[in-house]
Order: sequence, then structure tokens, then C-alpha cells
Amino acid sequence: MSREPYLLPNGRVLRYSYKERLVHWLAGVSYVYLLLTGLAFWSPWLFWIAVVLGGATISRELHPWFGVLFVIAVVMMRWMWGKQMRETAVDKEWWAAVGHYIKNEDKQMPSADRFNPGQKLLFWGFFWNGILLLLSGLILWLPQYIPWSLRFLRYIAVIVHPICALLTIGLFIIHVYMGTVFERGAFGSVIRGDVSRAWADEHHHTWFQQILRDAEPRK
Amino acid sequence: MSQATLEIRAISGHAGSVPGEGVKREFEVCKLIDTTTCIGCKACEVACLEWNGLSFSETNFDNSYQTMPETAWNYWNLIKFDEHEREDGSLQLLMRKDQCMHCEEPGCLAACPAEGAIVQYVNGIVDFQQDHCIGCGYCITGCPFNIPKFSPTARKVFKCTLCNDRVTQGLEPACIKSCPTGCLHFGTKPEMKELAETRAAQLREHSGFANAGVYDPSGVGGTHVIYVLHDASNPEAYGGLPKNPSIPLTVQLWKKPLKWLGNLAIIGGLVGVFAHYLRFGPKLVEEDEKAAQGEKR
Repeated sequence: MSREPYLLPNGRVLRYSYKERLVHWLAGVSYVYLLLTGLAFWSPWLFWIAVVLGGATISRELHPWFGVLFVIAVVMMRWMWGKQMRETAVDKEWWAAVGHYIKNEDKQMPSADRFNPGQKLLFWGFFWNGILLLLSGLILWLPQYIPWSLRFLRYIAVIVHPICALLTIGLFIIHVYMGTVFERGAFGSVIRGDVSRAWADEHHHTWFQQILRDAEPRK
Repeated sequence: MSQATLEIRAISGHAGSVPGEGVKREFEVCKLIDTTTCIGCKACEVACLEWNGLSFSETNFDNSYQTMPETAWNYWNLIKFDEHEREDGSLQLLMRKDQCMHCEEPGCLAACPAEGAIVQYVNGIVDFQQDHCIGCGYCITGCPFNIPKFSPTARKVFKCTLCNDRVTQGLEPACIKSCPTGCLHFGTKPEMKELAETRAAQLREHSGFANAGVYDPSGVGGTHVIYVLHDASNPEAYGGLPKNPSIPLTVQLWKKPLKWLGNLAIIGGLVGVFAHYLRFGPKLVEEDEKAAQGEKR
């Protein structure tokens, strides 16, 4: 993990280090390209997206490469955040109370660590779907190398790829909504990297309290 | 190939209406291949290369007369040779000319996402338009007959056109033209079906092939290339001709129910978050809001 100090001199709290932000946006930019070109191949109604992005042939050539970039980013996240994304005993209580979270009654929510259980679900959803998308995508990338006798691999890939993609689209819609308009302050945290102390305390109480404890001078 | 004089019935990756649907009276064409009179001379293979201007490629005679294991992007017409052992222990050399079957319900077209890359004409010909092809290879997955083949140089997919450039001009396909035994016929679908049934009946009644029959598989809505087989109960023996071909189940699921479920889910998700915002608004941190208002004053 990054050793940058969490409590910044300007009185704010470091939420995401420079490296974390870079990896997030590597995933973000590659995902958006994958989403747009993927939707173009998904439906004739959206085929125009591929035309806008430089032509469907180019989109087809680049889509797999962006997929590789996306999976690299997700694997890096797994490496950076794997421990913090582990399910804990509090998570069940959090999910039981999730109705309050949806209704903005955050005071009634169990306190969250660096990542709340919703963020954990988002992460693991993207991670496992990303792996499945990569595996099925490899087959769809180079179908001509799958011999006729192994054609069942293509038949599996052709259904696994869109199902996993749709699942990530669901996560993506919620993630973008929450990260931009819904949870004020969240977008700044992944651009500039910092949040206010009040924000940290309200949304990630357990994490913030640990930061405060760690910041106290050792006796 | 030329679209000029053929009416289009179906277009891949296409939203909206199709120009040729029910506009003109056009015959449905059909190629009939009588495997019982094929002598394996491969004149059709050569004629196909000649007419379509395809370059000669490496052959691979692996304990067989067969030119190569399967059709290739630049070899659309291939006679498959199979030594078949009959129940009485005698051998039968089965020869079946393999090429695109021009399905009535083409799996390649169903799977193709590129607008206009695959078209089906009213006369039944299914043709690839390489200038619209994006090289994704979904047609390879959609085809139950292992016909579309990817060209690594063009990065597009190619297959038999049923010589639609010739058919447009009132000529028969090149393979038919070259056949010395008359085992290949070309005409309208009803004519060819009748001729095939007559021949199959002849085989059953006079030649001792009790299972002789016509191969025109209903799983893909029938085909515009049909076979007469000595043993229609075992098409697999003829170089792996599938017994009950259909568009792969997962391709059907993906293109029909999953597409609609997915579209509904995406739209539902977008509407859902918007409605949520209208109902509950943003998640604000009280202290930050006070501080922000303080700054304004």
C-alpha cells in the first residue's frame, strides 16, 4: 500500500493515492470504450456508435485490446485492494440495513471500513465478470483458431460474454450514478484524491477512526 | 457481390424494413447434389476457383482423395471423401460436395452484428458483402455447417456465393456447369425438390438403397442446396453432414430473449437511478454543506 500520509496538510483526508487513481481511470476509460463498442455490436439500433468511433472494423480490432487493458487494471486493483475488499462480519449487518442507505438515512447504517460492502460487491462483480469476459472474449477474438470439434467453446463464449457484460453494465450504471451525482464528494476523491474529514467520518467511519488512531504520536 | 438485380429479403445487423420483402415475384433457386452419381472428379472444385478468381492454395492429401480437411476462405467448394463400412462389411466410398447450404434461416446472418455484411436475397441466396464485414467472426459461430472461413490477410470472412453473379445473369453456378456426370442440378426449389424425390424413390425401389432420401433439413428452415443421399438416415457418414442442423441454441438465446431482457434491464437501470435521484436526492454530508454555505456568505 501507498505510504502517503492520510491526513493532508490542507486539513483534508487522502482517500485514493495517485497510483490508485491512475489504475481506476485506466479501468474507467478502457471500460467506457468497451461498453460503447460492445453496445454497437450488441444491437443494430446502436451500431452507429461504432461508426462514430472510427468505423466498426476498427472497433472490432481494438475492442479486444481494450479488454486486455481493462483486465490488467482490474487485476492491479485486486492486488492493491484485495485485503480491504474482503468480506467482514459487519457486512451482513450493512446489507440488512441497506434500505436506510438507499433512503439517505446514513446515520442508521453500521459503520464502514475503507470500502463499504456495496463497494466490495462492485469490485468483485467487476473482477469476476472481467475474468469471464476475458476468457470468453479470447474465444470470440480469434474464433478461426477454435477447431470445429471444439465449437462448443464458441457456443459457450457467445452467451457468457453478453451475460457478464450486462451484469457489469448494471454495476456500472449504479457506480457512475453514485460516484457523480448521488454521493457528493466521491467524484473528487477519485480525481484529486482527497475528501473532507466530515465526509470520511460519515461514509467510512471505521477507516477514518483508524487513520486518526494511526496519526496519534506514539508514546 | 453484385446487389444490382437481386431483391433483398434479410439484412444482417439491420434495424427497420428491408427493400425486397414481398416486392417482386422471384423464384427461389436451389442446387441439387446427387451424391449417388458423383464420381469425385473435382471438376466443381476447379470451376469454383476459376470462376471466382480464387488463388490455388496448399492441398493436403491425408490418406484420402480429399483435397483438404475442410473448406477454406479461398476454397469454397470441397468434395468430402469418406470410406464407409456398411453393415454387411462391404465398403462404400461416399463423396459429398461440401459448400454453403444457403439456409432459409441462416445462422450466420442471425449472428452477424454488422449492418449489411450478410444479405439474404429473395431467391434464397445468402451472400457475404465483404465491404461491410467487420471481421468479427460471429458468422463462424452461427453456422451449423462449418462454412464461413476467416481470411487472415483480408481480415474478413468468405464463403460460397452460389455464384450469385452468374445467377443474376440467368446462368447456373460454375460448379453445376462443370459437372460431367450430371449429378449437379440447378433450378427452382420446387423443381429440384421434385427431381430429388424422384431420384430417391428410384434408389429405394430399383437400386437397393432402402434408406435413400433427400437432405433438406427443416431445423434451418430448409436449404437452397439439397442432397440425395444413399442413406438419408445417416448423413453424418458423409463428411460430418449434421443430422438435425439448427442455429446453435446459445446464439438463439443471445439474439432473442437475452437481447430483450438486456435492453429492458439497461433502460430499467437508467430510469431507476434517475427516479431514485428525484425521490431521495444526493447524499450530502451535513458539516460540508454548512461549510460550503458559510463560504458563500
